[in-house]
Amino acid sequence: MDFGLSEDQTMLRDMLRRFLKDRYSHEARRAVLASGQAFDAAMFAELAELGILGAVFAPEHGGYGGAGTDLMVVFEELGRAGVIEPVLGSAVLAGGLLTALDAEGQSEVIQQVIAGQTILTLAHAEPESRYDLNHVTTHASTSGGTIVLNGTKAHVQGGAQAEILLVSAREEGEPSDEHGISLFLIPSTTAGVHCHSHVNVDGTSSARITLEAVAVDQSQRLGPPGQTYAAMEAAHARATLALCAEALGAMEAAKALTVEYLKERKQFGVPIGSFQALQHRLADMLIEMEQARSAVINLASHLEADRLTRERHVSATKNLIGRVGALVAEECIQMHGGIGMTDEYALSHHARRLVMIDHIFGDVDHHLDRFILLSSGPETTGNSADAG
Amino acid sequence: MDLAYTPEQEAFRAELRGFLVENLSGQVREKVRLGKRLTKAEMQDWHATLNARGWLAMNWPREYGGAEWDAVQRQIFEEEACRAHAPRIVPFGLKMLAPVLFEFGSEEQRQRFLPPILSGEHWWCQGYSEPGAGSDLASLRTRAVREGNHYVVNGQKTWTTLGQYANWIFCLVRTDPDAKKQEGISFLLIDMDTPGVTVRPIVLIDGAAEVNEVFFDNVRVPVENLVGEENRGWTYAKYLLTHERTNIAGVGFSDAALATLKHVAAHTMAGGRPLHQNPHFAARMAQVEIDLMAMRTTNLRMLSAAAKGQAPGVESSMLKVKGTLLRQELSALLRRAVGPDAMPYLPDFLDGGDNADPLGPEHAPAAAPEYFNMRKLSIFGGSNEVQRTIIAKSALGL
Repeated sequence: MDFGLSEDQTMLRDMLRRFLKDRYSHEARRAVLASGQAFDAAMFAELAELGILGAVFAPEHGGYGGAGTDLMVVFEELGRAGVIEPVLGSAVLAGGLLTALDAEGQSEVIQQVIAGQTILTLAHAEPESRYDLNHVTTHASTSGGTIVLNGTKAHVQGGAQAEILLVSAREEGEPSDEHGISLFLIPSTTAGVHCHSHVNVDGTSSARITLEAVAVDQSQRLGPPGQTYAAMEAAHARATLALCAEALGAMEAAKALTVEYLKERKQFGVPIGSFQALQHRLADMLIEMEQARSAVINLASHLEADRLTRERHVSATKNLIGRVGALVAEECIQMHGGIGMTDEYALSHHARRLVMIDHIFGDVDHHLDRFILLSSGPETTGNSADAG
Repeated sequence: MDLAYTPEQEAFRAELRGFLVENLSGQVREKVRLGKRLTKAEMQDWHATLNARGWLAMNWPREYGGAEWDAVQRQIFEEEACRAHAPRIVPFGLKMLAPVLFEFGSEEQRQRFLPPILSGEHWWCQGYSEPGAGSDLASLRTRAVREGNHYVVNGQKTWTTLGQYANWIFCLVRTDPDAKKQEGISFLLIDMDTPGVTVRPIVLIDGAAEVNEVFFDNVRVPVENLVGEENRGWTYAKYLLTHERTNIAGVGFSDAALATLKHVAAHTMAGGRPLHQNPHFAARMAQVEIDLMAMRTTNLRMLSAAAKGQAPGVESSMLKVKGTLLRQELSALLRRAVGPDAMPYLPDFLDGGDNADPLGPEHAPAAAPEYFNMRKLSIFGGSNEVQRTIIAKSALGL
């Protein structure tokens, strides 16, 4: 049992933290937000140059990391700085699917992703799918040698920046069947692909993408026809870990601002941190943050476990992060008072991201429900002692 | 980072399991499983069984008859003992007094007091709280006045857990009434058979007398029973509060309670379906399980940090608050799970009467008493409010 980081991971963390502290200041970030693009191409290139994208890929895929702990280290730092560029969407989620389904055939694309030269995104969710990974109504019909896609994809992270879309479409079955879902690699400039980008509450951007009679050929199919669900679920497990680690970073940033403020801000002639009412709120928040970190460690340690164990940890961790994320956002704002609500102050940005993270890959209710479902198999272990 | 246990640790776990199966009597296991009250003899027998194997004093050095287990081994023991429904180890002599003697006592005191703890000859209890000194422990007023080779002790202690079984008590007493309140306190070992010591049980909300009042009326204590230096007792007491508290989170207890709760919820019909299919109940149960999964790792992380000598104070405060809240929630869920069968108060059943009728499912009679008993967790050992203040002050650098 060892809770320490490797030497390489410690170096990566320190290097990334220093870089983001210098180059990704709150002011710089707000300037990017003000541009309306939710994306700084030069910054994204620099992150790639630092090797941040490579750190989420395993060495056999041309990266130099890829383990759960590597994801944890990288995304905690991205979260601390509030990075809005689509590292998660391009490298972890879409990139993860490429490596899982056709690492050899797609090695060139993967190299471009690692180098930051190509941005990928997974176009999977739909207006009606909410948080259900199996809900796909976008349709793929084959006639002759050509496949034609029709449908609408929603909440596609970084859709406006992506040069290549991984589009899920149903070739068989009912809208909620796990079987029958295929994936296609489609350049975003393909005829019939329409991208409507929008910014999100937390400063990131997503897109709604409509596919109108988009013609693709067999070579654009990724993985076996109709059988991508298992890979999709596994890729989302990794992406959920990255997202939860990002939340940890945002929590740490919000906490640091709040602790500082409690010491500096004076009311009734004394620092407000001397008031027990605020001390106890802070203490409860700190306890829950330790729980949040433990939950992320648990998920990082079970990414390679059997499917049921892994997914129970996905839901347990995402549920806990959702609860603690909202708690930290709300409590830090409350302890600050009005200043915590201003757009000018960094806390409101961390708070927005923390709360919006609960709306990505399933919220607290979704994952509580799913955890119950996954735990209700024939005579589960009874307690969690065996899961350690 | 690696959460897995080493092969040695897994082998250790397997060895413990085998030991527990072979050495824990079926009758005692059944009493613990159903939340029944153990007798003094049953607790002492379990101590003797562990001691015979060299596992009673798990945190002591080998040279004093201890097992010298590291933090992870101790955690594994707690998990396995709880899972097997073994009695808990009575901690006062083994885990509370002994560390103070190792750190601050004389070699003579160690030789005199440690062996009887192992043999069971001495049953220790803790004389800290007083009627006027709870969270503000340092305001304690029990006086010890030096007269020749003795201290003469007068005053009262309270909430003395299992004091009715004890023959020795370690006490915080005031030796200098004029000093600042933390600086006039001494740590004194008192034979409870000394004339002037009176023990009076306090019946609590669960109907049992787990705690006591202890009165001291001109009790003469030999000066060699002073631990460390006079007026330094507060330092020793604080040491106790932040060290050797590896089980403060109670993860093993919570695991066992969750297993019981799941079993009951699966076998209790409510509204035409098993209770665990009631979405509201299932949600609360799942929430606790998720918190407990994280808690287990939080506990191991903090034990691992403490083992490396990193500040144990705040960590044990965090574990205490979260761990006790989880145990309380589990006890509330079990109480609700047994429904109206939580109502009957059945002391004969709880005291282990073999033929006593539980008037309902076997887990029902102890559910409400246990729920009420668990209120103590957030009050004793430094109330959760005191812990929160410690946590916040540390974070704020106050």
